[in-house]
Order: sequence, then structure tokens, then C-alpha cells
Amino acid sequence: MPGRRIETGRAKIFAAQTGHEAMKASEEDPEKARRFREAALPYLDDAYTLARYLLRDANDAEDAVQECFLRAYKHFDSYRGPAMKPWLFTILRNVCRAEYARRADIKTGAIEDVADSAEATPLWHEAQETPEAQMLREKDSAAIRRLIASLAEPFRETFVLREIQNLSYREIADVAAVPVGTVMSRLARARAMLRSAWLAEQEQAK
Amino acid sequence: MTCEEAEVLLQALIDGELDAGHAREVENHIAGCPRCAALAKDYRAMSRVIADKGASYTAPPELRRRIEAALPQPRAAPNRRAVLRGFALGSAVSAMAATGLVAIILRNDDKTRIQSELVSAHLRSLQAGHLTDVLSTDQHTVKPWFNGKLDVAPPVIDLTAKGFTLIGGRLDYVDARAIGAVVYRRRQHVINLFVAQTSDIERHAARTSARQGFNIRHWSNHGLNFWAVSDLGADELAEFGDKFEAAMKSAAS
Repeated sequence: MPGRRIETGRAKIFAAQTGHEAMKASEEDPEKARRFREAALPYLDDAYTLARYLLRDANDAEDAVQECFLRAYKHFDSYRGPAMKPWLFTILRNVCRAEYARRADIKTGAIEDVADSAEATPLWHEAQETPEAQMLREKDSAAIRRLIASLAEPFRETFVLREIQNLSYREIADVAAVPVGTVMSRLARARAMLRSAWLAEQEQAK
Repeated sequence: MTCEEAEVLLQALIDGELDAGHAREVENHIAGCPRCAALAKDYRAMSRVIADKGASYTAPPELRRRIEAALPQPRAAPNRRAVLRGFALGSAVSAMAATGLVAIILRNDDKTRIQSELVSAHLRSLQAGHLTDVLSTDQHTVKPWFNGKLDVAPPVIDLTAKGFTLIGGRLDYVDARAIGAVVYRRRQHVINLFVAQTSDIERHAARTSARQGFNIRHWSNHGLNFWAVSDLGADELAEFGDKFEAAMKSAAS
């Protein structure tokens, strides 16, 4: 049944943020809905992928993407660009951050705190420890996903936007609301960490 | 250029975001620095493996349905009616005349709209007292009831022995035209089989699509379009469609 999962407690939290039940009644515009479907729905898989990596939970990702598309529909009248994909991602990221905030209320030790201290660690030392002579070997997609998911925020976000979503640095900077220089240093950190983890894993497998 | 500078600029080099001047500088550094060269090689390898093996996810169909269901459904636009002749219930005579014509293929949005209207008709039928105009499990009662109400005679086939109980027939409206609906039941699930005439006499194999949480199985044969709409699972609806088609075939031969 459509909308069945909206009954769950988690979805209610997402839904409460826009009150999209009210939207449905007030904005019944078939032409707008048609344009929105054509413009936004092709990016459903991309949005779901980003949400999976940001939230690291399949159910939370589904709820966040649904909320993202309903918010996007609501603001579709005022949409003038940028490209649809980064625009959706910006909305999705805000939804996901609300979810972080909710998790931080539940657990002690907010995710953001960990991220900030990780960003302050110099990039230089970590990369230098990794063996240089070793060949980087292939991995299957499940192993790759797991490695990427193990990266700390905000490096994971930057890396996914670049390597999986193919956004430009400018677009990533807009989505994450940081300067392009920050995008580059985060990406350098993300790749260095991923390489270390990648090599460490194949070292263990020996 | 120091290694620290190079390592940040290296990202932009790999991602093709560096202008030619800076790109040359980074490349010069890499040429003389085994450590940065190793990083560049590994980063490129990682990108390649990720691109090859894929690290993205596919949204579950249920999520797509939930989003679709939350958006306003497209409605009929009167000026589109002209392109819908393939769907229209013309007279038997005009259907004969039309058989020589190229089949009119519905545009995608028209298909979507018709599917949406079929689901709406199905939903309306589920409201109390709307399911059937003629209530009978006897095909010889249901079939003649349609006479004179439609320009086609919808095939009414009793599939009770096959697990689908015939419970009646109804006149419905889809795309602003009268359409026949033959109603079946399996357990507590209602199946509306909508039947409309088409100028295309070719047989088109069944295709199932999902809309607003309902499954729609569409096929056409003998100049008739069939849409079976139900909340039954796609597998059981396929079973219904197959049994209906088989029974229709054996009735004709």
C-alpha cells in the first residue's frame, strides 16, 4: 500500500518538517506535477545513493529521499537552477542533517564533533605511513561500498558527490555550502584515508 | 611545489578541474616524486575500480511508489482526445475500416494518464455499492447485460474453476468514454478487468506495471485492449491474465 511506512514513528518526524499532507490538498496542479516528474524523478536512484551514504541506514535513507522529493515539489515553482541534481542534493542534505540532529539528541557524542576533529588532523602523516610499493588491487562493489561508508563525515559526503555522483567542485561546494578549497582538501583527505583502508584490507587478506 | 601542495592539487588534476598551467606544475612534481606518483596512480586506480564495479544504490520500487502516490496525479486534458483513437470505443464498422491503418501508438504521458484513470476507476469501484451494475457469477447473465450499453461485447469468462470468481460487470468511464469492466475476486482481492476496443488487431503480449500501489496488467488481442487492475501481487495478476487469455483462446477455437 502506498504511504504505509508513513505510519512509522521515524517517517512522522520527517513528515512533520514540511506538513506535506496539507500540501497535497492545496497544490493539486497536474501540469506542475508532470513537469516535476520529468525533471526530478530520473534522479531518484542518485538521491537514494547519496542518502544511503550520508545516513548509512536503508530505512532512514528511504524516508529522507521521500521527504526530499516532497520538499522539492513544494519549492519547484521557485526553482530556476542550478542543475536539477545538485539542487535535489542540497535539499536532501538538509533533510539528512535534520536526521543527524535527531540522532545526536538520542546518542551522546554528535557525529559532527567527530568529523571536526578528524578534519583537523593533518593529511600528511597518515598517507606517509602506507606502503608505497604495494599494488592497489580490485575489489567487488560490496567491499567498495563498505570502505566508502567507513569514511568519516564530511569526507564521505565530498567523496561520494565527486566519485559516485560526478559533481564538479563548484557544484559540490554549493551543495555542501563550503568554499571550493575546502572541497579539494576534504577530497584529498578522503582519498588518502580510502587508500590507506584499501591497502590495509588487502594486507590483512594475505 | 611541496608534497603537501601537490597532494591537494593532485585531486584537481585527477578530476580534470585544473587549468593547463597548474596541471603542468603538478605533473612536473609527480615526475620527480615517487611518493606523489604512487598516490596519483592509486587514486586513479581507485576511481577506475569504483566506476567499473559500481558503488551506487538503486531506489527500492516501494519508495518510487510512495513518492508517486504523494504527488498529484495527472488529469485528462480534453485536447488530447484526438490522439486516443486507438483506445476509443468506435463502432464495429469503423473498427473494421481502421484495421488497415497504422496502429496509433499512445504517447507515454497518455499511457500514464490512462493508467492513472484506470486506477481511479478501480478505486471508485471499491467504494460500497459501486463494484457491480450487474451482480452475477453466471457469465451467461453478465455477458448479455453489456449488450446495447457498449459498442463492443466484452468477453465474459467464468474462471471460478481456475481460482478467480466472476462476480459481475459494470459500466465505467475512462478517458471520458464508456468502458466495460468485468469484475473478479480472488480471496478478498478485487480484480477489475477493463475492456475497450482498439483499431489494432495485432496481439500484444501482456505487460505489468505498478501505479499507486496497484498492479496493472495490460494486453491486447482480437482488436480489444485489456487492463486488469488489482491490489493482487504481480505474480497472481499474471496468473489471472494467463488463465483469462488461455480460456479466451480455447473458447474461440
